[in-house]
Amino acid sequence: MTSTPISGPVAQKGKKLDTTKVRQAHVTGWILLGLAVLAAVVFGAGSEGTATFRLSRPNDPWALPDLLIPAAAFNYLVAAVLAFLGVRQFLRGGLRWTSLSLGLGMALAVAAFLVWATAGKGFSLTGMLQATVVAAVPITLGGLAGVLSERVGVVNIAIEGMLLAGAFTGALLGSLVGGIGGLVAAVVIGGMFGFILAALVVTYRVDQIIAGVVINLFVLGVTSYVSSQVYSEHRFLNNAPIFSPIRIPVLADLPVLGPMLFQQNLFVYGAIVMVAVATYYLFHTRMGLRARSVGEHPRAADTLGINVYRTRYINVTVAGMVAGFGGAWFTLGSVGRFDENMTNGLGYIGLAAMIFGRWHPVGALMAALIFGFANSLQQKLALLNTPIPSEFLAMAPYIATIVLVAGVVGRARAPAADGEAYVKE
Amino acid sequence: MNVELRGITKRFGSFTAVNNVNLQIRAGEVLGLLGENGAGKSTLMNVLCGLYAATEGQILIDGNPVSFAGPGEAIRAGIGMVHQHFMLIPVFTVAENVVLGVEPTGPLDHLDLVQARAQVREINDAYGLEVDPDALIETLPVGVQQRVEIIKVLFRSADLVIFDEPTAVLTPQEVVEFFAIVRSLRDSGKAIVFITHKLGEIREISDHIAVLRRGEIVGHADHPDAISEADLAELMVGRPVSFDVKRNPNPPGEPLLEVADLTVLNNNDDVAVDDISLMVRSGEIVGIAGVQGNGQSALVEALTGLTRVAGGTVSFKGKDITRASARERHRMGFAHIPEDRQRTGLIPAFSIAENMVLDSYYDDRFSTGPTMRWDVVNKAAAHAVVDFDVRTTSVFDAVSTLSGGNQQKVIVAREMFRDTEFLIASQPTRGLDVGSIEYIHSRIAQARDEGDGVLIVSSELDEILALSDRILVMFKGRIVAEFDGATADKATIGLAMAGRYEGAAA
Repeated sequence: MTSTPISGPVAQKGKKLDTTKVRQAHVTGWILLGLAVLAAVVFGAGSEGTATFRLSRPNDPWALPDLLIPAAAFNYLVAAVLAFLGVRQFLRGGLRWTSLSLGLGMALAVAAFLVWATAGKGFSLTGMLQATVVAAVPITLGGLAGVLSERVGVVNIAIEGMLLAGAFTGALLGSLVGGIGGLVAAVVIGGMFGFILAALVVTYRVDQIIAGVVINLFVLGVTSYVSSQVYSEHRFLNNAPIFSPIRIPVLADLPVLGPMLFQQNLFVYGAIVMVAVATYYLFHTRMGLRARSVGEHPRAADTLGINVYRTRYINVTVAGMVAGFGGAWFTLGSVGRFDENMTNGLGYIGLAAMIFGRWHPVGALMAALIFGFANSLQQKLALLNTPIPSEFLAMAPYIATIVLVAGVVGRARAPAADGEAYVKE
Repeated sequence: MNVELRGITKRFGSFTAVNNVNLQIRAGEVLGLLGENGAGKSTLMNVLCGLYAATEGQILIDGNPVSFAGPGEAIRAGIGMVHQHFMLIPVFTVAENVVLGVEPTGPLDHLDLVQARAQVREINDAYGLEVDPDALIETLPVGVQQRVEIIKVLFRSADLVIFDEPTAVLTPQEVVEFFAIVRSLRDSGKAIVFITHKLGEIREISDHIAVLRRGEIVGHADHPDAISEADLAELMVGRPVSFDVKRNPNPPGEPLLEVADLTVLNNNDDVAVDDISLMVRSGEIVGIAGVQGNGQSALVEALTGLTRVAGGTVSFKGKDITRASARERHRMGFAHIPEDRQRTGLIPAFSIAENMVLDSYYDDRFSTGPTMRWDVVNKAAAHAVVDFDVRTTSVFDAVSTLSGGNQQKVIVAREMFRDTEFLIASQPTRGLDVGSIEYIHSRIAQARDEGDGVLIVSSELDEILALSDRILVMFKGRIVAEFDGATADKATIGLAMAGRYEGAAA
């Protein structure tokens, strides 16, 4: 054997033509400059007085003072930073930081917007952050369900239906036998739909998108029928208990972080634990390695004696259980009653979070927090009487979805065998 | 480990892929299994490694009959296979790929990658394989990927190693290194099965040779020197064959296609074709040699108008066609045999006749306004089918029902059944039987003799050498060497394919 490395058709990464990168940087630069103008002309010139952000609530043991920000000055500063970042994109040195600059720029623009909306008023930052975490729960769990099934090569459009089924079952059984019973039933029903999806796409090789849509429509139809026809007569069937927040001693008293993370109900803790467990499972265990191999190259897994079909069945079923748990949040973790189509597309946003999080549980959680932030921003801003109509603010989570998935995420890579049925020879 | 196959038969429905095969595989020896594509070699070995269940017959290991319910059981019995298409997961590391399926674990099912790496290094050292356990597969050249496959098999302590067409993806230099590995495996007492359709290689590496044709063993040789290459070829094909294409009788004419400083990006915006200049004259076959994935596909797509050019110019008969569409080029007399007949060459579900007019359906001959003139189409297709020796009962048959060789002939017929001036053929005979290869080569040579310029892209060096008047070698998107077709020698071209040629670049 010679010791010289064999040269072969190694992908020529890094050797990109400068023109494409430059074009990308220029587009980013123009966006940043646009945001700078917006920050200066609308948010800067349009703000008067001081924006007061409350960081603590009255009875917190360790209170932080309010954050007082001179609105106009702050927004002019943001505009200057944005302009600086934008101009950098047109200089040679800016090329390396293109996506980072874009992300930072967007965050700054949101901050400027918030300061402008709050100028002359008070606004509870802690409250909004807490609402962010709560709103992120179903998105996180939906995204996690997506990660678990797509990592084994099954596209899971049915998350929406699984969430809805979980919400419905949680409310029904919760009303009949109590919260815990409802939660268990929601998990079971989610797992059942996961199993059905697996059966359709693995065993019967139905197109994965169609199978998912069918499940969504089926669940929507059945739950809407029952809630409009049956619940109107028998209200006791739709009157479930709500899981109350659990204070974690000491940690719950931390300013800002306490209310955000340590005074929440079972669903928030459950989501965080599940993300951690899923990360360990996928990337640090034998089963996880096998699951990922099935999603990347099922034929190779098969030649090594890994049962592709069984792996897909198990993971998709577990994904359904996760989604079922997430569905129960809508009823048992939130309002205690089921309403028609109450998931309202959050399952699809969960899928977007999965993509934005690059098919990683922690990534999906982070993405879900961004979507959750957009959602709670919209709710809280409605209270501030901004000149923007509330219908526009209600669009915020969806606009965030489009911008993040299309713009910032870049080229994330799905598992190679995602969406493909495996036919054993 | 000694393995005996006794009366193995494998049927798929009414089709018998392997018929009553008896074979002896012995420890410390290399058995060469020779046969054409479709002769049943891979099917037979898939039976042995547990992917298929035999319809009839028995497998005996050291005299004891065994049966495998799946690949896992065959692996546990000590049978390992290195597949023609590597069974590696591109986004996993070498160590992860090696241990997949038999992972060392700690408590809580924790994957013990430290131990996995150590075990890979052990095998590395024992056989001199030199593979970095932490490298991602997708960053490794194919030759190294193949070594990973070998490590995988050894990690599962296989005593019988099956190589399915292992040299198809290697450069000549890599083949030499690969043979050294095979010999060291053999000398350590492993039984080896080496599947190929290449005559030279099988005589070089095998201790025994068995020839498979149409699913049956048609010949044996107990020693590679006991049989000549011509006899092997005749056994394999079933009739005497000649691989020589007659050389160009006429000197080449005027420059036809001129490419200057061409740069093409692939889908990821990486540079696939890097500043290439070349020229093809009328009445000349220019062959582009190179290991797959060195930019050949992007070059062909750029020349045929299927992809955008990032820089440089392409001109045809002095006219700039850099931005001309595929149809414009087609009308100028371009013919294109694409590299993947199933995906880009044909629409498998369409009939032969429909596929024949994919490039000219809009022509006044075949349509009046929006209406197709199917009678004319069918007649023309029937003509072409006869003329190009497509073996079919009807032009209404779906192309998917044809064999690979006949599918390829449909493409050749569509592209060349008209007055062409320039032919681009990419992997024109990949995966075809010898009869079809001979035929297609003769049609290509005929086009050249009629004054067409021809550009052939192939990763089969033998094909390039047989056809080309001039040979260019592509490596990492560049043309790194140029040779005269009549005097070029395989070893030197092989060096250039690996990027190690010291001569002046074209």
